[in-house]
Amino acid sequence: MVELQKDIYKIEQVELFPIIMEKKNDMWRLVQICCAFVDGSYEVTYSFGHDYDIANYRLIVGKDEPVPSISRVYKSAIFYENEMRELFGLNVEHMKVDMNNTLYRIDEETPFLKKEDK
Amino acid sequence: MPKRSVVPFGPQHPVLPEPIHLDLVLEDEHVVEAIPSIGYVHRGLESLVQKKDFNEMVYVTERICGICSFMHGMGYCNAVEQIMNVEVPRRAEYLRTIWAEMSRIHSHLLWLGLLADAFGFESLFMQSWRMREKILDMFEISTGGRVIFSVNKIGGVLKDMPKEMLNQFVSILDGMEKELRETTQIFMDDYTVKSRLVGVGILTEEDAIRRGAVGPMMRASGLAIDMRKTGYAAYDDLDFEIITSKDCDSYARCKVRIEEIFQSIALIRQAVAKIPDTEIAAAVKGFPNGEAFVRFEQPRGEAYYYVRANGTKFLDRMRVRTPTFANLPALTQILQGCQFADVPLLILTIDPCISCTER
Repeated sequence: MVELQKDIYKIEQVELFPIIMEKKNDMWRLVQICCAFVDGSYEVTYSFGHDYDIANYRLIVGKDEPVPSISRVYKSAIFYENEMRELFGLNVEHMKVDMNNTLYRIDEETPFLKKEDK
Repeated sequence: MPKRSVVPFGPQHPVLPEPIHLDLVLEDEHVVEAIPSIGYVHRGLESLVQKKDFNEMVYVTERICGICSFMHGMGYCNAVEQIMNVEVPRRAEYLRTIWAEMSRIHSHLLWLGLLADAFGFESLFMQSWRMREKILDMFEISTGGRVIFSVNKIGGVLKDMPKEMLNQFVSILDGMEKELRETTQIFMDDYTVKSRLVGVGILTEEDAIRRGAVGPMMRASGLAIDMRKTGYAAYDDLDFEIITSKDCDSYARCKVRIEEIFQSIALIRQAVAKIPDTEIAAAVKGFPNGEAFVRFEQPRGEAYYYVRANGTKFLDRMRVRTPTFANLPALTQILQGCQFADVPLLILTIDPCISCTER
Protein backbone atom coordinates (compact mmCIF):
# COMPACT_ATOMS: atom_id res chain seq x y z
CA MET A 1 0.00 0.00 0.00
CA VAL A 2 1.32 3.42 -0.98
CA GLU A 3 -0.06 6.71 0.32
CA LEU A 4 -0.64 8.96 -2.71
CA GLN A 5 -1.87 11.91 -0.67
CA LYS A 6 -3.71 12.37 2.60
CA ASP A 7 -6.34 9.60 2.98
CA ILE A 8 -5.77 8.21 -0.56
CA TYR A 9 -3.87 4.93 -0.76
CA LYS A 10 -2.86 2.98 -3.82
CA ILE A 11 -3.33 -0.75 -3.33
CA GLU A 12 -2.77 -3.94 -5.32
CA GLN A 13 -5.60 -6.34 -6.08
CA VAL A 14 -4.30 -8.92 -3.60
CA GLU A 15 -4.66 -6.33 -0.84
CA LEU A 16 -8.27 -5.47 -1.69
CA PHE A 17 -10.17 -8.17 0.17
CA PRO A 18 -8.06 -8.13 3.35
CA ILE A 19 -8.73 -4.38 3.53
CA ILE A 20 -12.43 -4.77 2.77
CA MET A 21 -12.84 -7.45 5.44
CA GLU A 22 -10.92 -5.40 7.98
CA LYS A 23 -13.12 -2.38 7.30
CA LYS A 24 -16.29 -4.43 7.55
CA ASN A 25 -15.24 -6.04 10.83
CA ASP A 26 -14.32 -2.64 12.26
CA MET A 27 -17.78 -1.30 11.27
CA TRP A 28 -16.63 1.14 8.61
CA ARG A 29 -19.35 2.05 6.15
CA LEU A 30 -18.84 2.01 2.41
CA VAL A 31 -19.09 5.67 1.45
CA GLN A 32 -18.73 5.20 -2.30
CA ILE A 33 -16.84 3.56 -5.14
CA CYS A 34 -15.61 5.83 -7.88
CA CYS A 35 -14.27 4.95 -11.29
CA ALA A 36 -12.13 7.18 -13.49
CA PHE A 37 -10.41 6.35 -16.78
CA VAL A 38 -7.07 8.12 -16.85
CA ASP A 39 -4.07 7.51 -19.15
CA GLY A 40 -5.40 4.22 -20.52
CA SER A 41 -6.19 2.66 -17.12
CA TYR A 42 -9.11 2.52 -14.78
CA GLU A 43 -8.74 4.00 -11.33
CA VAL A 44 -11.22 2.42 -8.97
CA THR A 45 -11.38 4.15 -5.59
CA TYR A 46 -13.16 2.56 -2.65
CA SER A 47 -14.02 5.07 0.10
CA PHE A 48 -14.79 3.99 3.65
CA GLY A 49 -15.95 6.13 6.53
CA HIS A 50 -15.99 5.64 10.28
CA ASP A 51 -17.36 8.57 12.29
CA TYR A 52 -15.42 11.41 10.63
CA ASP A 53 -12.45 9.33 9.50
CA ILE A 54 -12.23 8.62 5.82
CA ALA A 55 -9.98 6.27 3.84
CA ASN A 56 -9.84 5.99 0.05
CA TYR A 57 -8.21 2.87 -1.45
CA ARG A 58 -7.33 2.98 -5.12
CA LEU A 59 -6.89 0.07 -7.49
CA ILE A 60 -5.36 0.78 -10.87
CA VAL A 61 -6.44 -1.77 -13.45
CA GLY A 62 -5.83 -2.23 -17.15
CA LYS A 63 -8.57 -1.75 -19.71
CA ASP A 64 -9.76 -5.34 -19.91
CA GLU A 65 -8.51 -6.49 -16.55
CA PRO A 66 -11.24 -7.83 -14.22
CA VAL A 67 -11.98 -6.38 -10.80
CA PRO A 68 -13.58 -8.58 -8.16
CA SER A 69 -16.92 -7.47 -6.82
CA ILE A 70 -17.12 -6.59 -3.13
CA SER A 71 -20.94 -6.75 -3.14
CA ARG A 72 -20.96 -10.01 -1.20
CA VAL A 73 -19.19 -8.23 1.66
CA TYR A 74 -20.83 -4.81 1.31
CA LYS A 75 -24.33 -5.14 -0.17
CA SER A 76 -24.43 -1.42 -0.86
CA ALA A 77 -21.66 -1.92 -3.44
CA ILE A 78 -24.21 -3.35 -5.88
CA PHE A 79 -25.25 0.04 -7.25
CA TYR A 80 -21.72 1.42 -7.46
CA GLU A 81 -20.39 -1.63 -9.28
CA ASN A 82 -23.24 -1.78 -11.76
CA GLU A 83 -22.80 1.94 -12.37
CA MET A 84 -19.06 1.57 -13.08
CA ARG A 85 -19.67 -1.26 -15.48
CA GLU A 86 -22.45 0.49 -17.36
CA LEU A 87 -20.86 3.93 -17.61
CA PHE A 88 -17.19 2.99 -17.98
CA GLY A 89 -17.21 -0.62 -19.12
CA LEU A 90 -15.22 -1.75 -16.08
CA ASN A 91 -15.13 -5.54 -15.95
CA VAL A 92 -16.52 -6.24 -12.45
CA GLU A 93 -16.67 -9.96 -11.77
CA HIS A 94 -19.07 -11.95 -9.60
CA MET A 95 -21.47 -9.17 -8.68
CA LYS A 96 -24.19 -10.26 -6.29
CA VAL A 97 -26.83 -8.57 -8.44
CA ASP A 98 -25.85 -8.10 -12.05
CA MET A 99 -28.15 -5.63 -13.76
CA ASN A 100 -26.62 -6.37 -17.16
CA ASN A 101 -26.09 -2.72 -18.09
CA THR A 102 -29.68 -1.74 -17.37
CA LEU A 103 -29.10 0.33 -14.22
CA TYR A 104 -29.37 3.57 -16.17
CA ARG A 105 -31.11 2.21 -19.30
CA ILE A 106 -28.70 4.02 -21.63
CA ASP A 107 -28.57 2.93 -25.26
CA GLU A 108 -24.96 4.00 -25.79
CA GLU A 109 -22.31 1.59 -24.50
CA THR A 110 -19.83 2.97 -21.93
CA PRO A 111 -20.97 6.60 -22.36
CA PHE A 112 -18.44 7.96 -19.87
CA LEU A 113 -15.43 6.77 -21.88
CA LYS A 114 -14.07 9.21 -24.42
CA LYS A 115 -14.40 8.06 -28.03
CA GLU A 116 -10.64 7.59 -28.39
CA ASP A 117 -10.57 5.40 -25.26
CA LYS A 118 -13.32 3.01 -26.33
CA MET B 1 -46.50 -21.47 2.90
CA PRO B 2 -48.04 -18.20 1.67
CA LYS B 3 -48.07 -17.62 -2.04
CA ARG B 4 -45.50 -15.17 -3.33
CA SER B 5 -46.32 -12.55 -5.88
CA VAL B 6 -44.36 -9.74 -7.48
CA VAL B 7 -46.00 -6.33 -7.63
CA PRO B 8 -44.43 -3.57 -9.69
CA PHE B 9 -44.33 -0.18 -7.94
CA GLY B 10 -43.63 2.93 -10.00
CA PRO B 11 -42.03 4.50 -11.96
CA GLN B 12 -45.28 6.53 -12.05
CA HIS B 13 -47.02 6.63 -8.71
CA PRO B 14 -49.09 9.33 -6.96
CA VAL B 15 -46.59 9.55 -4.12
CA LEU B 16 -43.54 9.79 -6.36
CA PRO B 17 -42.75 13.17 -7.88
CA GLU B 18 -39.86 11.54 -9.74
CA PRO B 19 -39.54 8.13 -11.37
CA ILE B 20 -38.19 5.14 -9.50
CA HIS B 21 -39.34 1.58 -9.90
CA LEU B 22 -39.46 -1.20 -7.33
CA ASP B 23 -40.27 -4.84 -7.81
CA LEU B 24 -41.95 -5.82 -4.57
CA VAL B 25 -41.97 -9.51 -3.68
CA LEU B 26 -45.01 -10.04 -1.48
CA GLU B 27 -46.22 -12.82 0.78
CA ASP B 28 -49.86 -11.92 1.32
CA GLU B 29 -49.65 -8.24 2.35
CA HIS B 30 -46.04 -8.38 3.57
CA VAL B 31 -43.07 -7.27 1.51
CA VAL B 32 -40.33 -9.89 1.70
CA GLU B 33 -37.98 -8.27 -0.79
CA ALA B 34 -37.77 -5.02 -2.72
CA ILE B 35 -35.63 -4.68 -5.82
CA PRO B 36 -35.15 -1.05 -6.83
CA SER B 37 -34.60 0.02 -10.38
CA ILE B 38 -33.58 3.50 -11.49
CA GLY B 39 -32.35 4.97 -14.75
CA TYR B 40 -35.48 6.53 -16.23
CA VAL B 41 -34.04 10.04 -16.36
CA HIS B 42 -30.26 9.60 -16.24
CA ARG B 43 -28.61 12.75 -17.58
CA GLY B 44 -24.90 11.97 -17.51
CA LEU B 45 -23.98 15.39 -16.11
CA GLU B 46 -20.66 14.08 -14.80
CA SER B 47 -19.51 13.34 -18.33
CA LEU B 48 -19.89 17.01 -19.27
CA VAL B 49 -16.34 17.54 -17.99
CA GLN B 50 -15.34 16.56 -21.51
CA LYS B 51 -17.18 19.58 -22.94
CA LYS B 52 -17.42 22.21 -20.19
CA ASP B 53 -14.41 23.82 -18.54
CA PHE B 54 -13.90 23.71 -14.80
CA ASN B 55 -15.58 27.10 -14.27
CA GLU B 56 -18.63 26.19 -16.32
CA MET B 57 -18.96 22.97 -14.31
CA VAL B 58 -20.12 25.10 -11.34
CA TYR B 59 -23.34 25.76 -13.25
CA VAL B 60 -23.61 22.14 -14.33
CA THR B 61 -23.35 20.89 -10.74
CA GLU B 62 -25.99 23.40 -9.63
CA ARG B 63 -28.35 21.69 -12.04
CA ILE B 64 -27.91 18.26 -10.48
CA CYS B 65 -30.83 19.00 -8.19
CA GLY B 66 -33.57 21.59 -7.89
CA ILE B 67 -33.73 21.37 -4.10
CA CYS B 68 -30.10 21.30 -2.98
CA SER B 69 -28.83 23.10 -6.07
CA PHE B 70 -26.82 25.60 -4.05
CA MET B 71 -25.05 22.92 -2.04
CA HIS B 72 -24.01 21.00 -5.13
CA GLY B 73 -22.35 24.12 -6.48
CA MET B 74 -20.73 24.74 -3.13
CA GLY B 75 -19.38 21.18 -2.88
CA TYR B 76 -17.90 21.30 -6.34
CA CYS B 77 -16.30 24.71 -5.70
CA ASN B 78 -14.86 23.40 -2.42
CA ALA B 79 -13.22 20.51 -4.24
CA VAL B 80 -11.65 22.73 -6.91
CA GLU B 81 -10.59 25.31 -4.30
CA GLN B 82 -8.90 22.53 -2.36
CA ILE B 83 -6.97 21.43 -5.46
CA MET B 84 -5.94 25.01 -6.31
CA ASN B 85 -5.16 25.93 -2.67
CA VAL B 86 -7.52 28.89 -2.87
CA GLU B 87 -8.25 30.60 0.41
CA VAL B 88 -11.89 31.60 0.28
CA PRO B 89 -12.66 34.90 2.06
CA ARG B 90 -14.37 34.38 5.38
CA ARG B 91 -17.45 36.40 4.44
CA ALA B 92 -18.00 34.16 1.43
CA GLU B 93 -17.81 31.11 3.73
CA TYR B 94 -20.47 32.65 5.95
CA LEU B 95 -22.68 33.55 3.01
CA ARG B 96 -22.39 30.00 1.73
CA THR B 97 -23.35 28.70 5.17
CA ILE B 98 -26.42 30.95 5.34
CA TRP B 99 -27.63 29.91 1.89
CA ALA B 100 -26.90 26.27 2.67
CA GLU B 101 -28.96 26.37 5.86
CA MET B 102 -31.79 28.15 4.06
CA SER B 103 -31.66 25.31 1.52
CA ARG B 104 -31.91 22.79 4.35
CA ILE B 105 -35.02 24.49 5.77
CA HIS B 106 -36.57 24.63 2.32
CA SER B 107 -35.77 20.97 1.62
CA HIS B 108 -37.08 19.69 4.96
CA LEU B 109 -40.29 21.73 4.64
CA LEU B 110 -40.80 20.36 1.16
CA TRP B 111 -40.33 16.85 2.53
CA LEU B 112 -42.75 17.42 5.41
CA GLY B 113 -45.35 18.60 2.92
CA LEU B 114 -44.86 15.56 0.72
CA LEU B 115 -45.08 13.27 3.75
CA ALA B 116 -48.33 14.89 4.89
CA ASP B 117 -49.69 14.60 1.36
CA ALA B 118 -48.74 10.90 1.27
CA PHE B 119 -50.88 10.05 4.26
CA GLY B 120 -53.69 12.31 3.13
CA PHE B 121 -53.25 15.21 5.57
CA GLU B 122 -53.83 17.92 2.98
CA SER B 123 -53.99 20.92 5.29
CA LEU B 124 -50.65 19.99 6.85
CA PHE B 125 -49.17 19.64 3.37
CA MET B 126 -50.39 23.13 2.48
CA GLN B 127 -49.12 24.68 5.72
CA SER B 128 -45.64 23.18 5.19
CA TRP B 129 -45.39 24.43 1.64
CA ARG B 130 -46.83 27.83 2.55
CA MET B 131 -43.93 28.33 4.96
CA ARG B 132 -41.48 27.00 2.42
CA GLU B 133 -42.55 29.81 0.07
CA LYS B 134 -41.08 32.32 2.51
CA ILE B 135 -37.67 30.70 2.15
CA LEU B 136 -38.01 30.74 -1.63
CA ASP B 137 -38.85 34.45 -1.41
CA MET B 138 -35.66 34.97 0.61
CA PHE B 139 -33.69 33.16 -2.08
CA GLU B 140 -35.22 35.38 -4.71
CA ILE B 141 -34.45 38.55 -2.77
CA SER B 142 -30.84 37.55 -2.13
CA THR B 143 -29.89 35.79 -5.37
CA GLY B 144 -32.54 36.56 -7.97
CA GLY B 145 -33.42 32.88 -8.31
CA ARG B 146 -35.87 30.64 -6.51
CA VAL B 147 -34.47 27.27 -7.61
CA ILE B 148 -31.08 27.75 -9.26
CA PHE B 149 -29.15 30.64 -7.69
CA SER B 150 -25.81 30.60 -9.51
CA VAL B 151 -24.10 32.54 -6.75
CA ASN B 152 -21.19 30.16 -6.24
CA LYS B 153 -17.91 30.64 -8.01
CA ILE B 154 -14.53 29.11 -7.52
CA GLY B 155 -12.90 31.30 -4.89
CA GLY B 156 -16.06 32.58 -3.22
CA VAL B 157 -19.51 33.84 -4.14
CA LEU B 158 -20.84 36.23 -6.76
CA LYS B 159 -23.35 38.12 -4.63
CA ASP B 160 -23.26 39.65 -1.19
CA MET B 161 -26.08 40.07 1.29
CA PRO B 162 -26.02 43.48 2.96
CA LYS B 163 -26.56 43.80 6.69
CA GLU B 164 -30.14 45.11 6.31
CA MET B 165 -31.08 42.13 4.17
CA LEU B 166 -29.59 39.66 6.63
CA ASN B 167 -31.44 41.32 9.53
CA GLN B 168 -34.64 41.22 7.51
CA PHE B 169 -34.14 37.49 6.94
CA VAL B 170 -33.57 36.88 10.65
CA SER B 171 -36.80 38.67 11.50
CA ILE B 172 -38.70 36.62 8.87
CA LEU B 173 -37.23 33.45 10.37
CA ASP B 174 -38.22 34.62 13.88
CA GLY B 175 -41.82 34.90 12.73
CA MET B 176 -41.63 31.61 10.86
CA GLU B 177 -40.27 29.79 13.88
CA LYS B 178 -43.47 30.39 15.87
CA GLU B 179 -45.63 29.10 13.04
CA LEU B 180 -43.32 26.17 12.54
CA ARG B 181 -43.60 25.15 16.20
CA GLU B 182 -47.37 24.90 15.83
CA THR B 183 -47.28 23.01 12.54
CA THR B 184 -44.51 20.60 13.43
CA GLN B 185 -46.22 19.89 16.76
CA ILE B 186 -49.00 18.31 14.70
CA PHE B 187 -46.47 16.04 12.97
CA MET B 188 -45.10 15.01 16.36
CA ASP B 189 -48.34 14.65 18.35
CA ASP B 190 -51.19 13.87 15.99
CA TYR B 191 -52.63 10.39 16.38
CA THR B 192 -53.11 9.81 12.65
CA VAL B 193 -49.53 10.83 11.89
CA LYS B 194 -48.11 8.69 14.67
CA SER B 195 -50.18 5.70 13.64
CA ARG B 196 -48.52 5.77 10.22
CA LEU B 197 -44.95 6.43 11.40
CA VAL B 198 -44.24 4.97 14.84
CA GLY B 199 -42.55 1.57 14.69
CA VAL B 200 -42.70 1.49 10.89
CA GLY B 201 -39.59 1.00 8.74
CA ILE B 202 -37.03 0.12 11.40
CA LEU B 203 -33.39 0.65 10.43
CA THR B 204 -31.08 -0.38 13.25
CA GLU B 205 -27.77 1.34 13.90
CA GLU B 206 -25.87 -1.68 12.61
CA ASP B 207 -28.00 -1.89 9.46
CA ALA B 208 -27.49 1.83 8.85
CA ILE B 209 -23.72 1.27 8.83
CA ARG B 210 -23.84 -1.96 6.82
CA ARG B 211 -26.10 -0.38 4.20
CA GLY B 212 -24.12 2.86 4.05
CA ALA B 213 -27.02 5.12 5.06
CA VAL B 214 -26.37 8.85 5.38
CA GLY B 215 -27.95 12.02 6.76
CA PRO B 216 -31.18 12.08 8.76
CA MET B 217 -31.72 8.44 7.77
CA MET B 218 -28.53 7.52 9.64
CA ARG B 219 -28.99 9.96 12.50
CA ALA B 220 -32.50 8.64 13.16
CA SER B 221 -30.81 5.27 13.74
CA GLY B 222 -28.72 6.69 16.56
CA LEU B 223 -25.52 7.55 14.68
CA ALA B 224 -24.24 11.02 15.55
CA ILE B 225 -22.51 11.83 12.28
CA ASP B 226 -23.03 15.16 10.55
CA MET B 227 -20.47 16.36 8.01
CA ARG B 228 -20.99 19.96 9.12
CA LYS B 229 -18.95 18.98 12.17
CA THR B 230 -15.91 18.58 9.89
CA GLY B 231 -15.87 22.38 9.85
CA TYR B 232 -16.21 23.27 6.18
CA ALA B 233 -17.56 26.73 5.21
CA ALA B 234 -18.23 28.66 8.46
CA TYR B 235 -19.44 25.70 10.50
CA ASP B 236 -16.23 25.64 12.53
CA ASP B 237 -17.31 29.01 14.01
CA LEU B 238 -20.85 27.96 14.85
CA ASP B 239 -22.17 26.03 17.84
CA PHE B 240 -24.58 23.20 17.24
CA GLU B 241 -25.30 19.72 18.50
CA ILE B 242 -25.94 16.81 16.16
CA ILE B 243 -29.59 15.81 16.22
CA THR B 244 -30.15 12.09 16.59
CA SER B 245 -32.80 9.65 17.68
CA LYS B 246 -32.46 6.09 18.85
CA ASP B 247 -35.97 5.06 17.79
CA CYS B 248 -34.79 3.97 14.32
CA ASP B 249 -38.29 4.23 12.78
CA SER B 250 -40.08 6.54 10.35
CA TYR B 251 -41.26 8.77 13.20
CA ALA B 252 -37.62 9.23 14.27
CA ARG B 253 -36.64 10.27 10.74
CA CYS B 254 -39.46 12.82 10.73
CA LYS B 255 -38.46 14.09 14.18
CA VAL B 256 -34.80 14.49 13.21
CA ARG B 257 -35.70 16.52 10.13
CA ILE B 258 -38.10 18.74 12.07
CA GLU B 259 -35.49 19.47 14.73
CA GLU B 260 -32.95 20.19 12.00
CA ILE B 261 -35.22 22.95 10.66
CA PHE B 262 -35.03 24.73 14.01
CA GLN B 263 -31.32 24.05 14.18
CA SER B 264 -30.85 25.65 10.76
CA ILE B 265 -32.72 28.75 11.90
CA ALA B 266 -30.43 28.97 14.94
CA LEU B 267 -27.36 28.51 12.73
CA ILE B 268 -28.47 31.31 10.41
CA ARG B 269 -28.95 33.60 13.42
CA GLN B 270 -25.46 32.77 14.64
CA ALA B 271 -23.94 33.26 11.20
CA VAL B 272 -25.66 36.64 10.73
CA ALA B 273 -24.38 37.76 14.13
CA LYS B 274 -20.81 36.71 13.38
CA ILE B 275 -20.42 37.39 9.67
CA PRO B 276 -17.18 39.31 9.09
CA ASP B 277 -16.81 42.21 6.70
CA THR B 278 -14.33 40.92 4.10
CA GLU B 279 -14.18 40.40 0.36
CA ILE B 280 -16.61 37.85 -1.05
CA ALA B 281 -14.30 36.20 -3.57
CA ALA B 282 -10.60 35.50 -3.98
CA ALA B 283 -8.84 35.91 -7.31
CA VAL B 284 -8.25 32.55 -8.96
CA LYS B 285 -5.59 32.18 -11.62
CA GLY B 286 -4.50 29.22 -13.72
CA PHE B 287 -5.98 25.78 -14.07
CA PRO B 288 -6.43 23.11 -11.38
CA ASN B 289 -4.00 20.22 -11.27
CA GLY B 290 -4.50 17.37 -8.83
CA GLU B 291 -7.39 15.64 -7.14
CA ALA B 292 -9.63 16.09 -4.13
CA PHE B 293 -12.39 14.28 -2.30
CA VAL B 294 -14.82 16.55 -0.48
CA ARG B 295 -17.65 15.67 1.88
CA PHE B 296 -20.42 17.95 2.99
CA GLU B 297 -23.86 17.69 4.54
CA GLN B 298 -26.78 18.22 2.23
CA PRO B 299 -30.38 18.18 3.55
CA ARG B 300 -30.65 14.50 2.61
CA GLY B 301 -27.25 13.59 3.99
CA GLU B 302 -23.59 13.39 3.18
CA ALA B 303 -22.62 14.12 -0.43
CA TYR B 304 -19.20 13.03 -1.64
CA TYR B 305 -17.52 14.97 -4.42
CA TYR B 306 -14.47 13.85 -6.36
CA VAL B 307 -12.65 16.15 -8.75
CA ARG B 308 -9.57 15.19 -10.72
CA ALA B 309 -7.83 17.82 -12.76
CA ASN B 310 -4.90 17.66 -15.15
CA GLY B 311 -3.66 21.24 -15.42
CA THR B 312 -5.87 22.11 -18.40
CA LYS B 313 -9.23 23.86 -18.34
CA PHE B 314 -11.00 20.51 -18.74
CA LEU B 315 -11.17 18.10 -15.83
CA ASP B 316 -10.37 14.40 -16.12
CA ARG B 317 -13.24 13.44 -13.85
CA MET B 318 -15.93 14.94 -11.71
CA ARG B 319 -18.01 12.60 -9.64
CA VAL B 320 -20.68 13.13 -7.05
CA ARG B 321 -22.11 10.45 -4.85
CA THR B 322 -25.43 11.92 -3.81
CA PRO B 323 -27.19 11.10 -0.53
CA THR B 324 -30.16 9.36 -2.13
CA PHE B 325 -27.83 7.04 -4.05
CA ALA B 326 -26.28 6.07 -0.70
CA ASN B 327 -29.69 5.60 0.93
CA LEU B 328 -31.13 3.22 -1.68
CA PRO B 329 -29.65 0.08 -0.03
CA ALA B 330 -31.12 1.24 3.31
CA LEU B 331 -34.48 1.67 1.58
CA THR B 332 -34.47 -1.98 0.51
CA GLN B 333 -33.72 -2.90 4.12
CA ILE B 334 -36.62 -0.95 5.66
CA LEU B 335 -39.04 -2.28 3.07
CA GLN B 336 -38.34 -5.88 4.04
CA GLY B 337 -41.14 -7.10 6.26
CA CYS B 338 -43.31 -4.00 5.94
CA GLN B 339 -46.98 -3.93 4.98
CA PHE B 340 -47.63 -3.32 1.29
CA ALA B 341 -49.73 -0.26 2.20
CA ASP B 342 -46.72 1.34 3.95
CA VAL B 343 -44.43 1.14 0.92
CA PRO B 344 -45.16 4.65 -0.46
CA LEU B 345 -44.63 6.20 2.96
CA LEU B 346 -41.39 4.31 3.56
CA ILE B 347 -40.00 5.40 0.21
CA LEU B 348 -40.73 8.96 1.25
CA THR B 349 -38.99 8.60 4.62
CA ILE B 350 -35.60 8.39 2.91
CA ASP B 351 -36.48 11.76 1.29
CA PRO B 352 -35.61 10.42 -2.16
CA CYS B 353 -34.22 12.76 -4.77
CA ILE B 354 -34.13 10.91 -8.05
CA SER B 355 -32.86 13.99 -9.84
CA CYS B 356 -29.69 13.78 -7.70
CA THR B 357 -29.46 10.02 -8.11
CA GLU B 358 -29.80 10.28 -11.89
CA ARG B 359 -27.25 13.09 -12.10
